[in-house]
Amino acid sequence: MPALRQPMPEQPAAERVRNFGEVALGYTEEQALRESSRCLQCKAAPCRTGCPVEVDIPAFIALIRQGQYGAAADKIKEKNSLPAICGRVCPQETQCESHCVLGKKGAPVAIGRLERFAADTQRQAGVSTPPALSRNGRRVAIVGSGPAGLTCAGDLALAGYAVTVFEALHQPGGVLVYGIPEFRLPKAIVQAEIDYIRRLGVRIETNVVIGKTLSVDDLFAEGYQAVFIGSGAGAPQFMNIPGENLNGVYSANEFLTRVNLMKAYRFPEHPTPVYIGKKAAVIGGGNVAMDAARTALRLGAETVWLVYRRSEAEMPARREEIEHAKEEGVIFKLLTNPIKINGTAQGWVDGLECLQMELGEPDASGRRSPVPVAGSNFMLSADTVIMAIGNTPNPLIPQTTPGLIVTRKGTIVVDEHGQTSRPNVYAGGDIVTGAATVISAMGAGKRAAKAIRAALGQ
Amino acid sequence: MFTILKKQELAPSVKLFVVQAPLIARKCQPGQFVILRIDEDGERIPLTIADFDRAAGTITLIFQEVGHTTRQLGRLSAGDALLDLAGPLGKATHIEKFGTVVCVGGGIGVAPVYPIARAYKEAGNKVISIIGARNADLLILEQEMATISDVLYITTDDGSKGRKGLVIDPLKEMLAAGEKIDLVMAIGPVIMMKSVAEVTRPYGVHTIVSLNPIMVDGTGMCGGCRVSVGNKNKFACVDGPEFNAHEVDFDGLMARQKMYHSYERREHRCGGDCSCHR
Repeated sequence: MPALRQPMPEQPAAERVRNFGEVALGYTEEQALRESSRCLQCKAAPCRTGCPVEVDIPAFIALIRQGQYGAAADKIKEKNSLPAICGRVCPQETQCESHCVLGKKGAPVAIGRLERFAADTQRQAGVSTPPALSRNGRRVAIVGSGPAGLTCAGDLALAGYAVTVFEALHQPGGVLVYGIPEFRLPKAIVQAEIDYIRRLGVRIETNVVIGKTLSVDDLFAEGYQAVFIGSGAGAPQFMNIPGENLNGVYSANEFLTRVNLMKAYRFPEHPTPVYIGKKAAVIGGGNVAMDAARTALRLGAETVWLVYRRSEAEMPARREEIEHAKEEGVIFKLLTNPIKINGTAQGWVDGLECLQMELGEPDASGRRSPVPVAGSNFMLSADTVIMAIGNTPNPLIPQTTPGLIVTRKGTIVVDEHGQTSRPNVYAGGDIVTGAATVISAMGAGKRAAKAIRAALGQ
Repeated sequence: MFTILKKQELAPSVKLFVVQAPLIARKCQPGQFVILRIDEDGERIPLTIADFDRAAGTITLIFQEVGHTTRQLGRLSAGDALLDLAGPLGKATHIEKFGTVVCVGGGIGVAPVYPIARAYKEAGNKVISIIGARNADLLILEQEMATISDVLYITTDDGSKGRKGLVIDPLKEMLAAGEKIDLVMAIGPVIMMKSVAEVTRPYGVHTIVSLNPIMVDGTGMCGGCRVSVGNKNKFACVDGPEFNAHEVDFDGLMARQKMYHSYERREHRCGGDCSCHR
């Protein structure tokens, strides 16, 4: 009888909603061994076609099966320098695991959980040694230290390049440190993975805002032979409805940056404050909205509404995050669209006026657009409103880099290798695609690294 | 790390640092600011670049001790270092020859006014400056402002130095007397900048203010510093910090600045009885 897919041990909802500790606790050795034994070790390995960074999945699972956990992690790191992160935040259900042969008749192998197990076990043992590298003397500058930039940097360092990463904030990691909360991705793990990239020889310069402190042209003038732009899509969108500037209204970026990067959940030991009222409304249906809603609960909000204008089926958030949010008590207000935020005389939020929506006919793209139900206005008595309706690319780099072609949406135009309209300037991740996933940004970083190696030579 | 090379007390609770920051010194322009963090546990706070020396690779920061972080900053000495310093941020002041420019600085706002006024002067403008403070002890950069101004007015609330009254008083008189003013640049407490805007509005004199909303990243990624300007939302850190004073929603800005007052009191444990949040 075939083994069943091993479930992931988790903190119980009632307990975890009061702390910022990680929700998913990771496999025990026994669970990892049992799960790894389910892999059929297919020769064709269709799972690999679903991995944007081409990890040799059957090979690392075989190593786990043999109890060689460090070797399994090293096998992953041949292709992916950030396995503890990917194992946690990749949507495996739509990537590697969706191609697993076992998934046709039952549950696919839990590839992400095994990747996480291998990486965590190696890190806890502290035995990871970066490979010996020969240097080719060529210099590449990376703009932004999020998943795209770190992956590009790691790959180029492995290929012998001298790589410097420039980061605007005081800590590297991009959305991994300011966006994704501690309870989904502990920051100590992000720092450990970034330390590994540093041990590959990558220099990381924080507090450098490319476009302000230095321009892309300055980087070439300083002797860098290629530049990769991985500056992300970090500019928050607002709804442009009345009342958005009232106290108690946040962009999800601000709310999450205060809590994650600045550790406002530990105020006053950490001096950055974050305001949270008793009743919070989070607007949006993506992973960022789930993160913001679950963070609001952990900060002590008694009621948290998730306000989304379509139905649950259209939500872009991962299934797992939606389930976690529901278990923790987030109340889903679906087919609901805010039209106005009301405030007190002192300028604080005291209500969110919404319209009930219904799904109309499918549009040209096949998606059913929400249309308001006339006269359905109602109030949510929210005292905190968090906008998580998406981000756009920050225009700073396009504005200060002559000759860089961008789309009307502000994303940088690249070819299939990540090459921009400027010679030796490459780009990838959210600055090219608009807000997308960690793993797609990593795939873009990897493609650009390949193209840079082809252009500059070994 | 960014080493503090020099520390000077300009007034009780107002301090000046000269900080080693070669990359910022190379690029910065009048009107721009930095975000700093003192140490690993620190918060990010914005401070205007009050001066710079490109050859020496230094910038000058002037700050008033008003809360937890600025007091901690005030306890540092020459030789100590700041952990993080990012900049130059924000748009630079638009400098050209306008004719007669009136530069108004209130309290600690004189610090950011100084490099701007100097740049206007260097561009060939007639610079009339008005600087003010609550009392003589709190008045800063008087000598520096005198050096680069064609005319300098000084006001104090209590009359302990210069004229007794507000910085808008000399401005009102000039406008009433029909003096030709091509531009007014005002930096100080929001209530002061709002008053300047109301004084110049009926005369149609173009007036610029540098806004000081709450900031976190300072690079346009959070919108914490948003202000309504001409009924459109702007992010002061990237679209400003300078805006047309006649279009700014000052009342909205003042309300947003109070967002964390109760937290700030808790943080430096004064229980709200101190004068730091008046």
